[in-house]
Amino acid sequence: MEKIGNQTIKFNSPPTILNTASIVGPKESQGPLSKYFDKCLEDEFWGEETWEKAESKIIKETVNTVISKSGIPTNDIDYCFAGDLLNQCISSSFGLRELNIPFLGLFGACSTFVEGMIMASIFAESNAGNNCLCAASSHFCSAEKQFRFPLELGNQRPPTSQWTVTGAGAAIISKTGVGPFITHATVGKIVDMGIKDSNNMGAAMAPAALDTLITHFKDTGRNPSYYDAIITGDLGHIGKEILIELAQTKGYNIKSNYNDCGVLIFDKNSQDTHSGGSGCACCGSVFSGYLFNQLKDKKLKKILLIATGALTNATTAQQGESIPGIAHAVSIEI
Amino acid sequence: MQDFIQNIDYMQLLYCFITGGIICVIGQILIDKTKLTPARILVIFVTVGAILGGLGIYQYLVKFAGYGATVPLTGFGYNLAKGAKEAVDQYGFVGAFIGGTKAAAGGIAAAVFFGYIASLISKPKMKKQ
Repeated sequence: MEKIGNQTIKFNSPPTILNTASIVGPKESQGPLSKYFDKCLEDEFWGEETWEKAESKIIKETVNTVISKSGIPTNDIDYCFAGDLLNQCISSSFGLRELNIPFLGLFGACSTFVEGMIMASIFAESNAGNNCLCAASSHFCSAEKQFRFPLELGNQRPPTSQWTVTGAGAAIISKTGVGPFITHATVGKIVDMGIKDSNNMGAAMAPAALDTLITHFKDTGRNPSYYDAIITGDLGHIGKEILIELAQTKGYNIKSNYNDCGVLIFDKNSQDTHSGGSGCACCGSVFSGYLFNQLKDKKLKKILLIATGALTNATTAQQGESIPGIAHAVSIEI
Repeated sequence: MQDFIQNIDYMQLLYCFITGGIICVIGQILIDKTKLTPARILVIFVTVGAILGGLGIYQYLVKFAGYGATVPLTGFGYNLAKGAKEAVDQYGFVGAFIGGTKAAAGGIAAAVFFGYIASLISKPKMKKQ
């Protein structure tokens, strides 16, 4: 691998995404992508006492599913990169404590899934390990409780707010294989445009997505039409429109091949999620379910996946701090 | 029971619903059009009620709309102010601290009691929207 341009890694012998798995909650199961997920839950507790336990179970079972789908023994997986939204990333560490795979916890807010893919790809290509696993989870109820208000309060969500996806996505990235391949990774910078509304994350993260998008094109010499699809993680309806406009002003027309996982996962008309989906599992499950399937079926051949994250917490939001955004991109080609 | 039904003042009912409804519409507009959190809107409503109550303005609304003005959060603020004013007449300065809570005691105790009962018999669930 080598560094090209300012922020991009080019993989000279591109690692393969061996397999993926996804589990989603009840609301996601009613959405347009439900048939692509490995498992659709009927209730948000999944037989557990708390939402935190449910989220841990979701990431655990998603990881178990991807391991059994890949057909490689657990012992042959060298590293696991995982993260989530809860304090100290407890969903991942509690969920994966019995996994017995060397574990590196990640926090990139909702960009965690792609952050994990980048780390796994670097480890795989550098001979640090042959098979690396990456996973990320989120849960609507635990996220509402931590970042906004406890659900017991029963307050209304404002129109700009997004719906944290309940679920998890996981992928195994291997040194060798038949593809889809991760050919490039663009690691994003923290971008803070001073937006303070934690109920409008899409607007806070769109400038970070723009920065990574443009940097990726400049570093690789590619342009938007190179890709069959450019997919952001969880900008939602509002953030998606902002990104299209911002890209236009910088001279990049992404209107025809751009979409967002937060827009894809829910039906805008029949499922009232306000501004669409968000959370680590938004990008994680949509990639692991829908997009990976499209790549395998060769319906999409080249995609740029840009996961976006809002690096905020409940305390900084209450103290009136603005929301720093981040976005990491991987170029996946067959 | 028949007497009760016959004696209903339907105009009073209408005023009650319209006034209560308008107060709630203001709250809805604040949620939809501003960045105020529900917790802040709650505090604003109680404070506005207390100020209007203290200035003697809110009582006209109570006279006009009855429970339509006292049941919403602003009514709680009004009740606090009213209680404080009355207690000042009775106990002097210290009444300003006693009266509000005393007047609102029924509401506060009922909120704690029913909140506790609700927590025993129900479990929070995912929102519908």
